[in-house]
Amino acid sequence: MAIIANRKRRIGRWVLIIVLIVITFIYLIPFMYIINTAFKPWTGIKVYPPTVIFKPSIGSFIRIFTSRTVYPPGEVPTEEEISGMKWYERIVYKETNEEVVRLGDFPRRYLNSIIICSISTLITVILGTIAAYGFSRFNVRGKDDLLFFILSTRMLPPVVVVIPVFLMFRFLGLTDTHIGLILLYIAFNVSFAVWVLKGFIDEIPTEYEEAAMVDGYTRFQVFRKIVVPQATTGIAATAVFCFIFSWNEYAFAFLLSRKIAQTVPAWLPYQMGVLGYDWGAAAAGTFIFLLPAMVFTIILRKHLVRGITFGAIRK
Amino acid sequence: MSIFKKSKKNDTRNGQVYYRPMRDITLLRLFILPTIILLIVINVFPLFWSLFLSFSRYSAKMPNIWGTNPRMIGTINYSRILTDPDMWIRFITTAKYVVLSVGGEMILGFGLALLIFRSDFKAKGLITTLLVLPMTMSPVIVGLMWQLFYDPNWGTFNYLLGLGRIDWVSDPARNLYSIVIVDIWMWTPFVMLLSIAGLSAIPKYLYEAAEIDRASWWLKFRKITLPMVYPLLLVALIFRTIEAFKIFDLPMGIVGRGAVAPRLLSLHLYNVSFVTWKTSYGSALGYIMLIIIIATTSIFIKYLNKAKQ
Repeated sequence: MAIIANRKRRIGRWVLIIVLIVITFIYLIPFMYIINTAFKPWTGIKVYPPTVIFKPSIGSFIRIFTSRTVYPPGEVPTEEEISGMKWYERIVYKETNEEVVRLGDFPRRYLNSIIICSISTLITVILGTIAAYGFSRFNVRGKDDLLFFILSTRMLPPVVVVIPVFLMFRFLGLTDTHIGLILLYIAFNVSFAVWVLKGFIDEIPTEYEEAAMVDGYTRFQVFRKIVVPQATTGIAATAVFCFIFSWNEYAFAFLLSRKIAQTVPAWLPYQMGVLGYDWGAAAAGTFIFLLPAMVFTIILRKHLVRGITFGAIRK
Repeated sequence: MSIFKKSKKNDTRNGQVYYRPMRDITLLRLFILPTIILLIVINVFPLFWSLFLSFSRYSAKMPNIWGTNPRMIGTINYSRILTDPDMWIRFITTAKYVVLSVGGEMILGFGLALLIFRSDFKAKGLITTLLVLPMTMSPVIVGLMWQLFYDPNWGTFNYLLGLGRIDWVSDPARNLYSIVIVDIWMWTPFVMLLSIAGLSAIPKYLYEAAEIDRASWWLKFRKITLPMVYPLLLVALIFRTIEAFKIFDLPMGIVGRGAVAPRLLSLHLYNVSFVTWKTSYGSALGYIMLIIIIATTSIFIKYLNKAKQ
């Protein structure tokens, strides 16, 4: 009896594992599809039924990074000109019959995303850490109300706030500027940072601080030399979260940036080339754009629950 | 800056000047005020501005002339929204979207959590991490890729499911569901993560005690697992309901905001405010959405507080 029950349990265990692996595989199909499309040659993208095995091409990646024009009929480059082309020009010519004109808009948009997200994350985390320390260690009058107020600003639908913000930015001349989006993302994320960081700082025992203060440290020294080093993990996790949030932000970026400060999410879906919407290039851009968020998610995995619930749940 | 100023009571022992250390209250103000001020300027002030606009007639496209372009018209915007039969269709469509996507996420997420929690193998952490990936991706970009995935002519979605050339994106009868599918795909891991956190917090002795009483699997699930995970499921429900109600970037990525787009409130709000430039009407609609969110959340929070006791 016992042996049969044991064997049954062992089979059950393996069935469970296989089921989970199959589910995970199905779950990741859209991602594999993005990678698959990004490496497809120009002619392979709109093939039905879709191919899984093909000769990979980096044409899509070249197309997302460049701006091109089609050769007019009759002006086809000669053999000599083709052999004089740079490698990427040759790939583009062979796939779509286009001439590379200059660097495309994508690198600029990507740089915008990096600049806006990094600066806003840095400032958010600084503001969030000091505010969280204040809320964690001092008896602030109306503390719960203040904290709730901070949280509630995050719950507002962006489409509601965006109308007056749009008017305000237009009045101040902040539309389509880096500073405008940075300010907005700080305000958008600081509530999150305060809540999560307060949770992290609450966990640090106060005894060290008290001992240091007895030894003559000032409050600020205590904060800088004792609290911040102990909260490093929390601060780093919060920073990564803030970065991901602003990296993915769309509604504000879409409405408040046109060209100069435009980020990737606001730009990528609206790229119609001469040859129609270039899905291969879009997939290549998507792949490059999603990569940092993916890496960060994997780094963050231990703090995910805490982050997504604003620090309400500490595993 | 008052903290850097030399205090009058500075110690001058041994001929050396000692600065009086910053008082706690000063430090506290310095620490908390920047955040509060920033939030007031960028969040609260616009909110009141928006409230004012919602009671007026105003278009951001016209020049500002006080008394004409904003002109106070009382609650006309609100009454126009609430008596518009089209708007009720939008409310119902949005509600349908919320119920379908959040419902699907709760069931699938909790189910998946049970599977993962019951299994015991080394790659469990890896699988959880992989499953969580869609959640932290940009919804509009993911939506864009799903648009390609759904394509009736060469998309892989129909092919993999063995369906014919079904148009998931530009058919108004179907594209709400295509967004629901992507929403469920993206956010099931969220419910799953919270459920796993809840399941791991259940003390083992409860099950051991039930084992001694020879309780059935279903009884254990109903009397131990469910009540213990319930508060966390409720938290997931609150977060997901709010997010699904104000969904904007996912439909923008998959379908766009054009004529075939599903009649979701947030898309309509965008069209009204920034395409036809009825700014004040849009503000009123925004406020109605805000009131719905606050009302729903407070009902859920009431349940949550009851569950915690």
